[in-house]
Amino acid sequence: MDRITVDIVDVANEYKNSKNEHYKSKMERADQDFKWSKEQLAHIETIKAKYPDNEKGKKSTLLPLLHYAQDEFDGWLPVKLMQLVADTIEMPLIKVQEVATFYTMFNLKPVGKYHLQVCTNCACMVTGSGKVLTSLKEEVGEIEDGMSKDGLFTITEVECLGACIQSPVVQVNKAYKFRQNATSAKELVQKLKAKG
Amino acid sequence: MSKFAVSFEDKVFKNLDGDLDWSIEGYKERGGYDRLAEVLAKDPKEIINSLKPCGMRGRGGAGFPTAIKWSFMPDPTDEKPNYLVCNADEGEPGTCKDRDILRNDPHTLVEGLIIGCHCLQAKTAYVYIRGEYHIESVRMQEAIDQAYEAGYLKEGICDIYIHMGAGAYICGEETALLESLEGKRGQPRLKPPFPANFGLYGCPTTVNNVETIAQMGVIAKKGLDWWTQFGSENNHGTKVFSVSGAINSPKNIEVALGVPLKELIEDFCGGVKGGWDNLQAVIPGGSSTKLLTPEEAETAIMDFDSLKQFNSSLGTAGVVVISKDENLLDIMLRISRFYKHETCGQCTPCREGIPWVYRDLEKLINGKGSIEDIDKLVKLTHKIEGKTICAFADGAVWPVQGLIAKFKPLLEEKLK
Repeated sequence: MDRITVDIVDVANEYKNSKNEHYKSKMERADQDFKWSKEQLAHIETIKAKYPDNEKGKKSTLLPLLHYAQDEFDGWLPVKLMQLVADTIEMPLIKVQEVATFYTMFNLKPVGKYHLQVCTNCACMVTGSGKVLTSLKEEVGEIEDGMSKDGLFTITEVECLGACIQSPVVQVNKAYKFRQNATSAKELVQKLKAKG
Repeated sequence: MSKFAVSFEDKVFKNLDGDLDWSIEGYKERGGYDRLAEVLAKDPKEIINSLKPCGMRGRGGAGFPTAIKWSFMPDPTDEKPNYLVCNADEGEPGTCKDRDILRNDPHTLVEGLIIGCHCLQAKTAYVYIRGEYHIESVRMQEAIDQAYEAGYLKEGICDIYIHMGAGAYICGEETALLESLEGKRGQPRLKPPFPANFGLYGCPTTVNNVETIAQMGVIAKKGLDWWTQFGSENNHGTKVFSVSGAINSPKNIEVALGVPLKELIEDFCGGVKGGWDNLQAVIPGGSSTKLLTPEEAETAIMDFDSLKQFNSSLGTAGVVVISKDENLLDIMLRISRFYKHETCGQCTPCREGIPWVYRDLEKLINGKGSIEDIDKLVKLTHKIEGKTICAFADGAVWPVQGLIAKFKPLLEEKLK
C-alpha cells in the first residue's frame, strides 16, 4: 500500500521555503541537466555487457543504472537524473519513474549524508529494535524535510534486513551494524557526528 | 551427539559461520571443485533423472521437488536459450541463511550454479541478490572472478552475473523476480505459462533458491545414498535453519531435516531466554508461517510434511522464538504491517484487503470492537486467501489466522 502511494518530488516544488539549509542546497543541486562523465559511461558499458545485446536486454539495465545514478549523484534520484537514465536506455521517463517508485531503496527525496535504516521487524523487535530507534531519534535530534538540520542524518524504519541472527540491525548507508542497543546506537550517532 | 547433527565432512556449507577461508583456495582445501569435471561429463538429462528420487525440495519456502522442476526445462534453441536464475532476494522476516552462504561460502553456490547450468543446458546464470546485501554481493562477485580465473567458469560456455534488487519483498516470488530482472516493477505474472516455458526474456528459465542450487550441486557430486541418509522419505537431506529472537545463541545452523524443534532450540541454539518454560510462541519458518504454541513446539518435527499437523509449514526455516517477556500481539501486528507495506498492488483482494486486515487487527489489539469482530477478521482473511495471482496474500493472512486460531484468548482479553 505504502509502495503504491509514493510521491515524486519535483524540483519545481517550493523547496525554497524550507528551513533546512542542507535540504535546500541538495534540491538546488538537483536542478540541473545531468550528464555522464567518460568514466561513468565506461562503467555503464560493463553493466550493459551482463545482459543480452537486444531491446529486452537493454531494459534489464534499468535497476543497475538507477542504483549507479543514485550512488554517483547525491544518494537520491531527482527527476532530472531519472531523465538521464531514461535517455541512456532510450525509454520514456514515465517508465523509469514507474520502476523507481516501486522499490524502496531508490530515494525519491534528498537524504542525509548518513542514511540510518532501522529494521523493526519481528526478530529485531524481539531483541529490542524499539529502544534502538528511540535512541537514534533522540541523539540525531530534530528532523526537517527528511533530514537532520546539520544535513548528516536521515532515519528510516525499514522492513526485514535479512540479518535476524545478529539483530537488532541498523544499516548505515551500505554497511550493517549488528546487535545494537540503546547505548551503542547513541554512540554510533556521536561517532558519525564527530566524523562530520 | 544428536543424531540430527551433521559432521563437518557431510556439511554442504562447511564455512557457514565464516571461521574458515571463504576464497577459492580455502574452498578447494575443503574438497570444493573436485570431481566437478566428472559431473560435467555426464548427460544433463541423465543427471536430472538420477536426482529425482533424492527427495530434495526447494529451500526457498514452497518445498517443490527440485529435480522435477528441473525436468520441466525443454532443450534450448538459438532463439530461446535456457536460463538459470538464482533467487538470493532473501526478505522473509526471520530468514537470513542465504546471506551467510553468499558471504562465507560463496563458492558452494558458484559450483552449484556451474552444475545447475550444465543440467539445465543454460549458458547464463543470473544471481538476483537483494539490494541491501551490498557486502555479500561484493564477496560473491569476488568468488565468481576467482572461478573464471581458475577456469571453472568460461566466457560464452557458462557465465554467472549478479543483478541487484532494490528493496521489494515481492521480488522473492519467482515471476516477480523475473519481471524485476527485466527492468520492470516486481509484479508477479499469471501462471501458466510457468517460467520453464516462458521465463526470463520469454525463454525457458528455472528459478531456484541459493541453498537449493548449492545443495543440488553437492548431491550430483556425492550421490543419492549420501544425501538420503539424512531426513526421511520426501524430506531428505540437510537444511540450514536460521534461529533468532529470544534465544541464547541465535545462529544459522545446518542440521538434518526432521530435527525436533525443541532439540533445535534447546540443544543446538542454547535454549530459550529464561528457559523453555518462558516460551510463548514460535514462528517455525519465516513470518508467513502460522505460529506454534509451546505445547506444539514440544513435539514439532521440522520438515516439510510434519508441520502440517499443526496447520503450519516449514517455509524458509527461519525460526523466530518469542518468549513470555515479549508482547506477542505487537509482534504479529508488526508482521501484518510488513505485508501491508510490501503488497505489490496488482490484485485488488491483496492491495485493498491486506491493509484492511492490518487496520482491523490494530483495532482489536487497541481494545476497540467486540468479540464478534475477531470472527469477522477471520472471515475477511478467507476472502483474500487464494484469490490472487501469487501466494503473497496467502502468506500475509496466515500469520493472522494462526494468531487467532491459537492465541485467541490474548485478543479477547483486550476486548473485555
